[in-house]
Amino acid sequence: MGKKIKITVNGQPVEVEKGTSVLDAANQIGVIIPTLCYHKDLCVAGNCRVCVVEVVGQKRLAPACATPCEDGMDILTNTHKVRNSRKHIIELLLSEHNAECTSCYKNGNCELQLLASEYKIMSHDFIHLVPFRNYTIDDFSPSIIKDDSKCIRCQRCVRTCAELQSVNALTMAHKGEYAMITTFFEKSMNDVICTNCGQCVNHCPTGALVEKNYIEEVWSAISDKDKYVVIQTAPAVRVGLGEELGFDPGSRSTGKMVAALKRLGFDSVMDTDFTADLTIMEEGTELLTRLKKALAENDKTIKFPMATSCSPGWIKFIEHLYPEFLDHLSTCKSPQQMFGALVKTYYAKARKLDPAKIVSVSVMPCTAKKFEAARPEMHDSGYRDVDYVLTTRELAIMIKQAGIDFKKLEDSHFDRLMGESTGAGVIFGATGGVMEAALRTAYELVTGREVPFENLAITPVRGMEGIREAKIKIEKPLKEWAFLDGVELKCAVAHGLTNAKYMMDKVRAGKADYHFIEFMACPGGCLGGGGQPIPTNPEIRQRRAEAIYAEDASMPFRKSHENPEIIKIYKDFLGHPLSEVSHHLLHTKYTARRM
Amino acid sequence: MKPITELVKDLADRHGRERHSLLPILQGVVEQEKYLSEFSMLQIARELNMPVTEVYGTATFYSFLECKKMGKYIIRVCKTITCSMKGQKQILLAIEDMLKIKVGETTQDGKFTLLETNCLGFCHKAPAMLINNEVYTELTPEKIREILTSYLNDKIIGGEHVN
Amino acid sequence: MSTSHILKRADFIFKNENDWEEVLTKSLARTPNELINELISSELKGRGGAGFPTGLKWKLTSELKSDEKYVICNADEGEPGTFKDREILSRVPFKVLTSIAICGYVIGAKQGFIYLRGEYFFLQQELKKAISEFEFFCKEIKFDFKINIFMGSGAYICGEETALFESMEGKRGEPRNKPPYPTAYGYMGKPTVINNVETLSHTYTIFKYGSKRFYDLGVQFSRGTKLFSVSGDTPKPGIYELELGMSLTDFVEEFGDDDTKAVQVGGAAGFLVPRKKFAETSIGYEGKLVGISLPTGGSMMLFNSSRSMFNVLDNYLNFFAEESCGQCTPCRVGCQQLLKGIKAVKRGEKPASYLDKLMSLAETMQLTAKCGLGQSVANSFSSIVENFREEMIY
Repeated sequence: MGKKIKITVNGQPVEVEKGTSVLDAANQIGVIIPTLCYHKDLCVAGNCRVCVVEVVGQKRLAPACATPCEDGMDILTNTHKVRNSRKHIIELLLSEHNAECTSCYKNGNCELQLLASEYKIMSHDFIHLVPFRNYTIDDFSPSIIKDDSKCIRCQRCVRTCAELQSVNALTMAHKGEYAMITTFFEKSMNDVICTNCGQCVNHCPTGALVEKNYIEEVWSAISDKDKYVVIQTAPAVRVGLGEELGFDPGSRSTGKMVAALKRLGFDSVMDTDFTADLTIMEEGTELLTRLKKALAENDKTIKFPMATSCSPGWIKFIEHLYPEFLDHLSTCKSPQQMFGALVKTYYAKARKLDPAKIVSVSVMPCTAKKFEAARPEMHDSGYRDVDYVLTTRELAIMIKQAGIDFKKLEDSHFDRLMGESTGAGVIFGATGGVMEAALRTAYELVTGREVPFENLAITPVRGMEGIREAKIKIEKPLKEWAFLDGVELKCAVAHGLTNAKYMMDKVRAGKADYHFIEFMACPGGCLGGGGQPIPTNPEIRQRRAEAIYAEDASMPFRKSHENPEIIKIYKDFLGHPLSEVSHHLLHTKYTARRM
Repeated sequence: MKPITELVKDLADRHGRERHSLLPILQGVVEQEKYLSEFSMLQIARELNMPVTEVYGTATFYSFLECKKMGKYIIRVCKTITCSMKGQKQILLAIEDMLKIKVGETTQDGKFTLLETNCLGFCHKAPAMLINNEVYTELTPEKIREILTSYLNDKIIGGEHVN
Repeated sequence: MSTSHILKRADFIFKNENDWEEVLTKSLARTPNELINELISSELKGRGGAGFPTGLKWKLTSELKSDEKYVICNADEGEPGTFKDREILSRVPFKVLTSIAICGYVIGAKQGFIYLRGEYFFLQQELKKAISEFEFFCKEIKFDFKINIFMGSGAYICGEETALFESMEGKRGEPRNKPPYPTAYGYMGKPTVINNVETLSHTYTIFKYGSKRFYDLGVQFSRGTKLFSVSGDTPKPGIYELELGMSLTDFVEEFGDDDTKAVQVGGAAGFLVPRKKFAETSIGYEGKLVGISLPTGGSMMLFNSSRSMFNVLDNYLNFFAEESCGQCTPCRVGCQQLLKGIKAVKRGEKPASYLDKLMSLAETMQLTAKCGLGQSVANSFSSIVENFREEMIY
């Protein structure tokens, strides 16, 4: 604990720890200071200067975000000088911003627009600078649209891409009037090392970076009488969606979400959690098979640690930056793609539908899923497995467009066949969840007993620590797994690509003696995904995680292998995990991508 | 002329492979190549184990680190206040007229690129210009013709510091 | 009444008695505290533009404990109208090297750097030769100190000390937030003294002759001499060492062409003084001189009546719009707005009253910009628009 110091903000005393910023000190006593380049996830830049305040005795104004409190400091946040300066700064930003708000995707959810409204910027005295530039919109990526004419150079995206993700797709380039945020040689984001994770989109205060939306395409499919439109919903959507529709962060809205989807006109509403359970069956078996080959059969070609493959941002990351480790990846498709492949085969057959007429839609907390669905190899059903991917935000827009009063909806249930899930499927939405779900099933498969954790909560893999580890000793296994007796299963979890990079460097250095590692591209896992409601920050991620684990605890089934529909699909269609049908539909391969 | 890969390696051996070695390495490549190509930036990024985007972001900050192909001789005419007052435009016109290129362009034979630049620090001897690292001062259109002729014939007249 | 001083020429900086070995040896025989006190009592202030007391800078850095410390000589001379540092480095490099080394001794640094602007590439060879001779001598007297040259690559903003550190660290030259200050957190995050070339040369004079000799020159709050880079409409452009505290009238009398309309003091980042204010303007640091007094990196640009102040301002603003690092809003966008704004007024696309809005914007830039560049654009902007408003309008 640091030393306590006292300052006053607008005459009110406040005691803070040395090193606290003026911004945090003011917030502590309910004084709000506007910010733009500041974000709780990121290092302080002090670039936009919107948060300037008066420090009594100093000639110049100080940025509240970048000014540490000094003992005895006297801060004024609402003087004429401060208001006038802020107003100028907002006007300046508007003058370099393509402020066609009514036709902007972020209309109504733009931090610059909000500030302009708060400060009542009623005139456009300054000369509009956008026409002097030769801006082009980069919409070549299936996930992200970058429109430089709306960029205010706050560099939140640059810091996000570098600090949270270590991807560095974006940089500040050039200087002065030509300073801009761009990629290597100003290429399309589709042509550089970009994982499509969408964290930049989630951190952009304006409409400069947005997801490529497929709302109209989905509406058209729904209104096409000839089409049968199926939607799957990812685990993390149900703990984020409410934030867009009037609920506080951390609200669970599974039942209302299903009801809303039915009202939107989807012909069938089913759950990605189902294929999350299926993933556990396939991936768990894959892990045990690898262990068997390595330990019992002494097969030296088996690579450890095995890495999860559900997060498409992580997949593209490893394809670009660690291509020599692709054979460490589980061959399992992500739950979204498993679902897509099954809906046009298993489901079509069972429901007697022409797969050509099925439109397969997913709602994901993720922008990378859009890229994943568009991968050429994702056609194992004979059709494009997933036709359209919506983010949580896009779904919220559709719900609003349809005039649905979300708060008043009665809970509804997922449709059968691929709609049943377990607590293990739900926790896929949180960092550590895939690991926990896998351990619940694998341990029981091997020993015939439940994992030795109270209420099945494998707490060492839960939480928001960037990297977490767990060791589970296997004792008294069933006969066929005898070779695992006494083996300590070593697992690790990494979320956010910066942590993934740290872990992969360890793997590369031969210093990661784990059997299994869960990787998630986004901080907090999918609940903090690039497609989730804005804002997303550490506190909100925490609340969403709590909601996920509450959802898990409330489920009648908590382990993937207990899911009745999983049991049924193996009986009726797949045979057994890693069967030939499974291999054809549920597994994939990866591509090394260089720059 | 060394191949880029080798050049970058040599520069990294000389200056180190840490982030603070970046500028000297970029400068070293520009000294030989006159500009930084995509390929050379990728080589530098690999050699220093840093994101290539950051190499690009850093390089574009500095006006002497050009990122598009340049001529063998880069002419940079100072356009800041005193040079501007003392006939910079006429100097520019004389060069444009002689080389048949405009500011920002390179002659067809790849010999000259004409650019403007900010204060060179020769305000007392304005107007001034740089050709690569040579400084020429107190320019007149006549002097320009003399200097450029010397470059065209590859018999370069020395600049300011050779006194 | 004017406290007019007659222009007093001096000759310290360029006087080359080739006694650096002696000055170095003698200084190293004194304690760091003695040397700091010598500097403090000389009242030497930084000659790069900001005017921070040099002795205090050294003292603050010397008091910090750190495994590494650095001395950096700022030779990124980029202010329009300034060309003195190049001259010092080419004519008396050993004085600068000696001062860097003495500073290293005082603060406890083993490594010094000269950040040389890219435009002065041609100086490098000679300077390197001088450094190896200098380092050889240090070795002989068993003083462990190294000096490296770091070349800039064309960016005015890198003269700002924290931008200079960023640049040396291989990054974009974007100024940092302050605090922390360089004395505590400089190059590589280590305590660093960064001084302008000329400032270091003055410390040489002070260590050689003692602080009194220096203190006795100039006037209260502005002690010693200063190099002035004189250019523009003057029959004798060049570099002159003068005592501080002179009045602009005397200066113009000496350097003007009998038709001087205005003088830009301190470069594009400084102030434009119109003829009617010459008498009340003295050249020195802020203090108790009569009338206004001006901080200065030593750039003196004279304009005669043939010059349009609109064009002058237009040229400055172009310079700033290009040379701003671009990270903070007031500077990046503000410079563009000022530039486009005066043009719009001149063309009649905006009313004359728009100049008032721009004046107010310039004030906001001064209050809110992240570093000295953005903060000082208002200096030339306001002083030109205020004094030559009619030239801006039509």
